Amino acid sequence: MPQIEQLAATYSSQIFWMLVFFGFTFFVIGRGMVPKVMDTVAKRDTQIADDLLAAERARKQADAEEESWRERENANRAKAHALIAEARATAATETEQRLAAAQVTIDGKIAEAEAGIAAARKAAADEIETVAAEAARDIIGRVAGLSLDEGQVRAAVKENLVHG
Amino acid sequence: MHQFTIEPLFGSGHWSIAGYNIAFTNSALWMAIATVALLIFVAGGSKRQLVPGRWQMAVETFTGFVDGMLAANVGPNGKKYVPYIFSLFMFILFANVLGLLPIGVLGLHAFTFTSHFSATGVLAIMSFAIVLIVGFAKHKLHFFSLFVPHGTPAAMVVPIFFVELVSFLVRPFSLGLRLFVAMMAGHVLLEVLSSFVIDSGNANIGLFAIAGLPSFILMIGICALELLVAGIQAYVFALLTCVYLNDAENLH
Repeated sequence: MPQIEQLAATYSSQIFWMLVFFGFTFFVIGRGMVPKVMDTVAKRDTQIADDLLAAERARKQADAEEESWRERENANRAKAHALIAEARATAATETEQRLAAAQVTIDGKIAEAEAGIAAARKAAADEIETVAAEAARDIIGRVAGLSLDEGQVRAAVKENLVHG
Repeated sequence: MHQFTIEPLFGSGHWSIAGYNIAFTNSALWMAIATVALLIFVAGGSKRQLVPGRWQMAVETFTGFVDGMLAANVGPNGKKYVPYIFSLFMFILFANVLGLLPIGVLGLHAFTFTSHFSATGVLAIMSFAIVLIVGFAKHKLHFFSLFVPHGTPAAMVVPIFFVELVSFLVRPFSLGLRLFVAMMAGHVLLEVLSSFVIDSGNANIGLFAIAGLPSFILMIGICALELLVAGIQAYVFALLTCVYLNDAENLH
């Protein structure tokens, strides 16, 4: 076994070079480079944690803003509804009033027209009476040779016209 | 056993400091290769991008793994040991895996320096020394209370103290020997099986069919197992160091 056979001859060289190369490894790699690598990892971890925190905060803010927007939106909608209802009520009242006014005018006109019609009818009836009385007087004069009083004839005609 | 032989390279066999030989051996060469490979690996992942690429992701996975291991075993106090445990884990992992490289087909010889207890012992003693230093610096003589678990009956305090003391002192040996034995056993097993394949192939076709071929198939499986062992042994070494550091940091 060379490990034992050569021990006396090689131990000092083994120990010396081991210390040299492991010392180099420890001081240059272990103390020099590993902390930088670990530092990079730590920095990345903090950055990720910070980013996550910021994202969380942004999400919360967005939620809050959405909530307030919703409230505003609801208030606006309610206000709009109130406005519409009010406008509708006003318009309805106005229409009613206008309708009422128009109705009054129309009633007046109808009454006037009816009065006109009644007058016309009365005039027409008078005319017919007159014509009928005259005709009746003529007929009587010619047929019976009687000359009757106009007033009498008219009364008789009127009697007949009224009673059919 | 030739694969475990240490040979000085580049005529450096006579180099020495204060009478101690420090020849630049094939073992030292593979330590250097592991160090350079690890340096390239980690440097490639040090681009410090916010969105990591694949390479950076791989390096960060390893640092995160070591960090998690320390956090689980030592707690928040363990953060400061990340450079050491990372160096330890990755150095052993690269050494184990590089030692398994099949560069023999190119005529080169991979050398696994973690299969030498003179190398693993250095790492084990280093870990043990850190545990002792941290323990005594942090808890002064209270550190000895580590050897007397909570709820020990008064009569048992002295024997338990010695039992715990022995188990504590055995730690650097178990740490170093475990890695060395695991790596060496795997390499020896592969060598024995490959010698079956070659020797039976040289003997005759019948013997090759009976012994060589099954050995070859077994070798493929064991190669995969060895890759697993390379990772597991590096992990075990780092994990046990973490557990021992936990004793030093938090007593119990």
